[in-house]
Amino acid sequence: MTVYFLCAVLLTMGLYCLVAKKNIVKKVIGVCIMDYAVNLYLIIIGYKKGGIAPIVEPGMSAETLEKFVDPLPQALVLTSIVIGLGVLALMVSMCIRLYERHGTFDMSQISKLRG
Amino acid sequence: MKGMTLIVRTVTDFVVGFIVVFGAYIVLYGHLTPGGGFAGGVIVACAFILLLLAHGGDVAYSKLPERVGHLLDSSGALAFLAIAWFGLIGGYFFMNVLGKGEPFHLFSSGSILAYNIAIAFKVGSSLFLVFAALATFRRRSFRAMIEDELL
Amino acid sequence: MESITPQLYTLLVFMVIGSVIAIETRNLLSAVISVSAVGFALSVAFLFLGAPDIAITQLVVEVLVLVILIRGTILIDNTAIEAHRDTLALVASLIFFGMLLGFGAMIFGSRGFPEFGEPLMRVSKVYVHTGLPATYAANIVTSVILDFRGYDTLGEATVLFTSILGALAILRRGGKVSGKEVATT
Repeated sequence: MTVYFLCAVLLTMGLYCLVAKKNIVKKVIGVCIMDYAVNLYLIIIGYKKGGIAPIVEPGMSAETLEKFVDPLPQALVLTSIVIGLGVLALMVSMCIRLYERHGTFDMSQISKLRG
Repeated sequence: MKGMTLIVRTVTDFVVGFIVVFGAYIVLYGHLTPGGGFAGGVIVACAFILLLLAHGGDVAYSKLPERVGHLLDSSGALAFLAIAWFGLIGGYFFMNVLGKGEPFHLFSSGSILAYNIAIAFKVGSSLFLVFAALATFRRRSFRAMIEDELL
Repeated sequence: MESITPQLYTLLVFMVIGSVIAIETRNLLSAVISVSAVGFALSVAFLFLGAPDIAITQLVVEVLVLVILIRGTILIDNTAIEAHRDTLALVASLIFFGMLLGFGAMIFGSRGFPEFGEPLMRVSKVYVHTGLPATYAANIVTSVILDFRGYDTLGEATVLFTSILGALAILRRGGKVSGKEVATT
């Protein structure tokens, strides 16, 4: 049960970093941390006590098949990790363009309206 | 962008071939051991990114030009769709219709092998393209853009 | 097989400490390196939880995340922005955490959610038992993402394609420069 609590702590820390920091790169880091927390939570749901990885070897009996961990959350997380990489590339390219346009990474300077 | 020192370039020349072979192994044996198209595609992209970082943009672009990169990216995605449509012959979308050999061999499990290869091409080339665009981005300074009256 | 809970707790505490360092430090390079340390610890945690596929993918993706973050941001601006106390954000995060805890207590208290270590596996029983006879693939995770649930992989390929296309479009440089047409990518 404490495992789920620590996952919730990680998710909240990522959200706090996204909302409270002024530096754009810190916000990107916050999104990264939230990504890790969600993927970890999905894999923890599928864990079986004393379980082994879901790979069948030749000559495996039927009761070894009962000891497999859940393969369905792993399928979801596999695509989620690679999508997180693509979205991170998009965010970093936006950071570079914003720096080129405004000269700073500070969000309060960037979001000021100019006449 | 320029490359790095002589030591880094020599070690890269030794190592980069092995990285591509290892990535291809993880892709091709994805249905027997852990791995698959996504992890193998990222590893192959890492090999090309290593070439870009160590030798500079010119050498890396001569090994994988931008047009070829875009072509591989799009054809990987289209091949994935084409194999899925192929399943309509047998019955439903995404059905596994290519020949299934015996289990635990390399050429078993039909279209799963073809899907892995298509995904590896797509993921590898698009990640290399986006990193090359990030790395060779010619940055104009803030001052220069004001002077050019672009701001 | 003995339980893995001590190792899992150690890794989770390490990840929480690494995230605290990444959030609070004022030097951008240190923050990026701390986040990558959290990612590598996550890969080891995946190995303990019986997911070697995911561990390989997380490891190589973490290396690329580190390189992209360093290239994109550090060489430009390494100065820290002066700290200020944002109480509204702190209060909002604490309210969010309280809501998470409240939902957790509701769900875990009513015995509707399975314990840690005993998954429900209603659908996965079918996948595990008919994975090898139906698709002849020994790796059950691969047979799930490419045969039983191929539609989701098609959606993932689309999302990846779109995000990379967006990043390339942002980084394109075109338009006029003092009267001359310039279109370089």
